[in-house]
Amino acid sequence: MMPELPGRTVVDVVVPARAPWDHVVRKGQTLRIVDLEGNQAVDFLMYALADDAERYSAQDTIAAQGNIFLREGSVLMSNEGRPMAVVTGTSVAYHDTIGGACSCESNTLRYGHHTKAQHACVENFLQANSRWGRGKRDMVSNINWFMNVPVEADGALGIVDGISAPGLYVDIRAEMDLVAIVSNCPQINNPCNGFNPTPVRMIIVE
Amino acid sequence: MSTADPYGAQAHARAMAGTKVEAMPTVPATAADAPDGVAAADLLCAETIAAGGYAAKRLNRGARLRLTDLYGDACASMLLFNAERPIERLNVADTVKVQWNAYLGSGKLLLSDMGKVLMSVLEDGAGGAHDAFCGASNEASNARRYGDGFNYGPHPNARDRFALAVAKFGLGRKDIHPCINWFKGVRIAPDGATVLNLGPYAAGRAVTFRAEMDVIVVLANCPHVLDPRPDYRVTPVDATAWRGAPTPEDDPIRNATPEGLRAFLNVEEDLRR
Repeated sequence: MMPELPGRTVVDVVVPARAPWDHVVRKGQTLRIVDLEGNQAVDFLMYALADDAERYSAQDTIAAQGNIFLREGSVLMSNEGRPMAVVTGTSVAYHDTIGGACSCESNTLRYGHHTKAQHACVENFLQANSRWGRGKRDMVSNINWFMNVPVEADGALGIVDGISAPGLYVDIRAEMDLVAIVSNCPQINNPCNGFNPTPVRMIIVE
Repeated sequence: MSTADPYGAQAHARAMAGTKVEAMPTVPATAADAPDGVAAADLLCAETIAAGGYAAKRLNRGARLRLTDLYGDACASMLLFNAERPIERLNVADTVKVQWNAYLGSGKLLLSDMGKVLMSVLEDGAGGAHDAFCGASNEASNARRYGDGFNYGPHPNARDRFALAVAKFGLGRKDIHPCINWFKGVRIAPDGATVLNLGPYAAGRAVTFRAEMDVIVVLANCPHVLDPRPDYRVTPVDATAWRGAPTPEDDPIRNATPEGLRAFLNVEEDLRR
């Protein structure tokens, strides 16, 4: 069961399968993402509202916590080494931040050129970011909520079957005013969405 | 020597010529800088990058770049751009994901965000002790450990070194993408923890790369962001490049994996004009 988020709800929307989404999250507000149907990767970037050259940094986050997995308590760091947000709660054991976002171009390497025309997370990121005047140079390594990317002893790494389930959630509290940029992942060639992209729910409370 | 008038100042300035310091480019690179089997005429550049320093160089397709950890304590943080269209750049996530492995070493490819190979690793004399996870130090992280992290001070950070380097190619802070740290080892434990192996190591470890398209290579040599030592400890790195033939169709690295082969095919397609 999801614990109730205390406070006033300012946003409560369902993002359709395969769609982009963007929204401001003010300092102190909490964004809850609900994996409505289970094992739906939610690709996620953040930019500081005051200066969008400051943005989420997967590498700074990994270095700061000494771990590649995002769990309850993880502090999501910017490229300037400042906390942007905190994972205040999640009913999933861990989330990914090393797997990056799928793109039409990387799909040609991973699966073959027949996948070039399929919709992809980078397409969603570019579209959502374009509303804020940002472009391809603003793409950096992202978070994949509800996605499972283990690393084996020999370095082997891959997107494998998910550990999420219908109704599981993650709560992210903003530590600065920021813009969240989301791709509800449309990938159909690996298990990140259980081979079936589904909607997710976005709730912001303050 | 008087510098009271322009003539004296000119003589004073010119008298400095020929000064040798450790961290400097040798222009032009000399035979002494050439690796075995490389003709001096094929040398492109040879530069020793200071502890805390940075450098950037445009290299043509086929060029070889050798980084040498001269004293065993270098941390060569790298950005890569397509020199023709710098909007295409290294994508560390795609590099590990597409190759199904997070640890870099001989035969590995450095992949762009456009499904292409920027450079390949021909030889890794560091035994895979590299880091694709932890990224660059920044002013805040250096301030926490060393008291400050300014470009103008004694403890420059890798991110601000990158900012200066990319600015000289018309790029800015937004273009500083996730990087790779060569010569500092980071592995991942079963619970996801980063396991550090930051040396210092034996002197002279070298990694040799081959440019698979025209690239801009950006290097910053600052202490690893998780280096636990309280003092600013990093040693100079040598960067030497020479001309080489573009990768032939029967190259073993090009053909090693189906994913990697498609990254080469995408480059070759792009260059078919």
